[in-house]
Amino acid sequence: MSDRPNESFLARLDRIDRRWIFLMMAIAVAGPIIWVGVTGRTFPETATPAVQGAFDAIERLPEGSKVLVSFDFDPASAGELQPMATGFIHHCQLRKHRIYAMTLWAPGSPLIGATLADVIGNDPSYRYGENFVDLGYQAGNEGVMKQVGVDFPKAFPNDSKGTPLARIPMMQGITRLSDFDILISVSAGYPGGKEWVQYGVSPTLTQGHRLPFVAGSTGVQTPQMIPYYPVQMSGILGAIKGAAEYESLVNAKASAPGETVPAKYQEAQRRMAPQLFGHSLMVGLILVGNVIFFAGRRKGAAE
Amino acid sequence: MGRNAAAVLASIVGLVMVLTAFARPLEFLGTAVVDWFNVLAAIAFVLGGANLLKMNLLKISARDAGWGYSAVTVCVFLVTIGVGLLKVGAHPDPLHPDVALSGDKEAVGGAFWWLYEYAMSPITSTLFALLAFYVASAAFRAFRAKNTAAILLLGTAFIVLLGRVYVGVLLTSWIPADNAWVSWMRLENLSGIIMGVFNNAGTRAMMIGIAIGIAATSLKILVGLDRSYLGSSD
Amino acid sequence: MTFAVTILAQDAAPAAGFMPGWFMPGKGLLAISLIIVAAAVMISILWARSGRPIRIRKIAGLDAVDEAVGRATEMGRPVLFIPGIQDVDNIQTVAGITILGKVAKTAAEYDAEIEVPTTRSLVMTTAREAVHASYLSAGRTDSYNPDRIYYVSDEQFAFVAYTGGLMQRKRPAACFYFGCFFAESLILAENGNSIGAIQVAGTAETTQLPFFVASCDYTLIGEEFFAASAYLSGEPDQLGTLLGQDLVKGLAWAAVLVAALLATVAAVTGHEGIASFVNGARAALGGG
Repeated sequence: MSDRPNESFLARLDRIDRRWIFLMMAIAVAGPIIWVGVTGRTFPETATPAVQGAFDAIERLPEGSKVLVSFDFDPASAGELQPMATGFIHHCQLRKHRIYAMTLWAPGSPLIGATLADVIGNDPSYRYGENFVDLGYQAGNEGVMKQVGVDFPKAFPNDSKGTPLARIPMMQGITRLSDFDILISVSAGYPGGKEWVQYGVSPTLTQGHRLPFVAGSTGVQTPQMIPYYPVQMSGILGAIKGAAEYESLVNAKASAPGETVPAKYQEAQRRMAPQLFGHSLMVGLILVGNVIFFAGRRKGAAE
Repeated sequence: MGRNAAAVLASIVGLVMVLTAFARPLEFLGTAVVDWFNVLAAIAFVLGGANLLKMNLLKISARDAGWGYSAVTVCVFLVTIGVGLLKVGAHPDPLHPDVALSGDKEAVGGAFWWLYEYAMSPITSTLFALLAFYVASAAFRAFRAKNTAAILLLGTAFIVLLGRVYVGVLLTSWIPADNAWVSWMRLENLSGIIMGVFNNAGTRAMMIGIAIGIAATSLKILVGLDRSYLGSSD
Repeated sequence: MTFAVTILAQDAAPAAGFMPGWFMPGKGLLAISLIIVAAAVMISILWARSGRPIRIRKIAGLDAVDEAVGRATEMGRPVLFIPGIQDVDNIQTVAGITILGKVAKTAAEYDAEIEVPTTRSLVMTTAREAVHASYLSAGRTDSYNPDRIYYVSDEQFAFVAYTGGLMQRKRPAACFYFGCFFAESLILAENGNSIGAIQVAGTAETTQLPFFVASCDYTLIGEEFFAASAYLSGEPDQLGTLLGQDLVKGLAWAAVLVAALLATVAAVTGHEGIASFVNGARAALGGG
């Protein structure tokens, strides 16, 4: 029972324990997850120009191009960024590009192996050392970015298993960042996409050969990355929405209409349903909060 | 004297680092200094670890509030260090099976991998997910139309929140998508305009200001005007 | 006009004779910008030293430091200060530690307990030096306790889990967040809000500012954070750097305005000379 008997419903609502709001959010997110899990249904996605630009940048490269993918995230942000990383690797595999995977985040190292194993798996056309390589983690943040710009083997002398680069066939001819045909960064923060633009891509812009750059970033980081699109970046996947749009583009390329798409290539699209209900709940909470606010102001003016 | 010497050293090193960005003969110094800092930071882990143990052991011995959490921290800390250093459960390197500790500690199946996969990964993901709950309570409490700026903020929030999900597409699906005069009013397009135009302008302006602020603050340190990071002269 | 652009062109090769061989190609404009910024700041410092007054607008968050620490003293609860989650090589961390010195001095004068959890051992060491210096200058060396400044974890969410628990147990009356923050900013600020603490935040991370603005009582946005040390000290040299910052910002503003006008004129009229200049400037700035 309320300890303020004359308190209106709205006033009591204003003092609601935040744990009720947490419970509402939990239901808003959990419910759709269960629904998607049972029905397998997802919402249709239409690619925005930034996502289409990212797709086109990888698509227009000739088959067998050299793609450097930087897994600049950790398990905490894997919920939002793992579908992007999976989508990029899948797209590169479809285009038969050569994949060079690296990370500047220590906890990101196992994610490279897990993603490559999940997507490439036992594909006989993809052989380690010839079509894909895991260069692992290198400490140094922007220092590594600057170093790969001038001397890539010095920054990464071995792959993640300790094999010298000289013994890896696909590393022959790679001396610096601009030897790659495109750079992809899946980033959760620092160091990430912004630092790649500043220390990796920008030097190439003024040296005659511009390195195409595509990024995937968390929703929070996307506003910080948007200023670099479309000049320093060919495209950007912003948050799980961008990942869902990109997935729909890649799946349309990989699968015929009506063909079942493996669940691992639909993770972002599956997460749009809880996103919808979560956002709707937030809009509802903001509306209720303002109703309370204006009612309180009117009551105060009347008194 | 010590503080002055430290400030002079900081100035000299800072100036050299600035020059490494422009002078080819000094370029090697830039990467060398970064490597030196990485070595320092790595050694600092030992300092941090020792401090962590000290603080938590003090809490346990004094039975301060929450000392149980300190006990868990110390145990997990020691177990993780032991598992990583000793490469517990790691398969030997196939090329060198007779060499002790030759295996990759992060390889699937090892104890270190197990801790990463079944402890660290879900815990950090869960803590990151807490943001969704906190942002909901912050939105309910703080997003009130108290003035014109707040009203603009609310309107923008509604457009972006709805425009980034399918309900936004549904709500304005009646607006023709192929008519350039009105298609911009569809929520998903409005959301893109807000991100690409208004947010872009504001973010660029802030980035310019912040970059100038960073340059000025760094200059203060380089010329020795700001020595607060050096502590006392005693 | 084309000649002027060529001088500034990033890919002016040494063979063109404009740059010496040891100078890295493509860095000409950056070097000129650096000289302009340095000159503006140094001239402003000299201006300030000459005794001319410099008016600085009020920054509410910094004026609230005394009020916040005083509140903590009255309530007998500690002050929590978090200098960000990055290492001491990040300029935001250095700026945060500078402000920590000022807050610690106020805490020493009020005899309030200040607690500083850190995510890096080097930051812990630097913060201890700063706080020790503050207690010395306040004449309260006996109250200084180095164990109040300690290392927690490098891992972002491990750190915020600890500080969240710390806030719930010790219930600090004042929380200061000054430095580089990422996703943990909202968790920190919401926890602080739930315990009724007065919160002052400052960061240059544009992505985290909205969370601090929503949950904190005062927020220093972007360059206000870098101006804080000058604002709090009130020294002419430091205030001079603020004037220098504003001068450079004014120059940047003018440059953007002129460039936007020229690009618009070029697009509307199709004038070849102006279009050539605009394209050359865009190439020189790495615009592709």
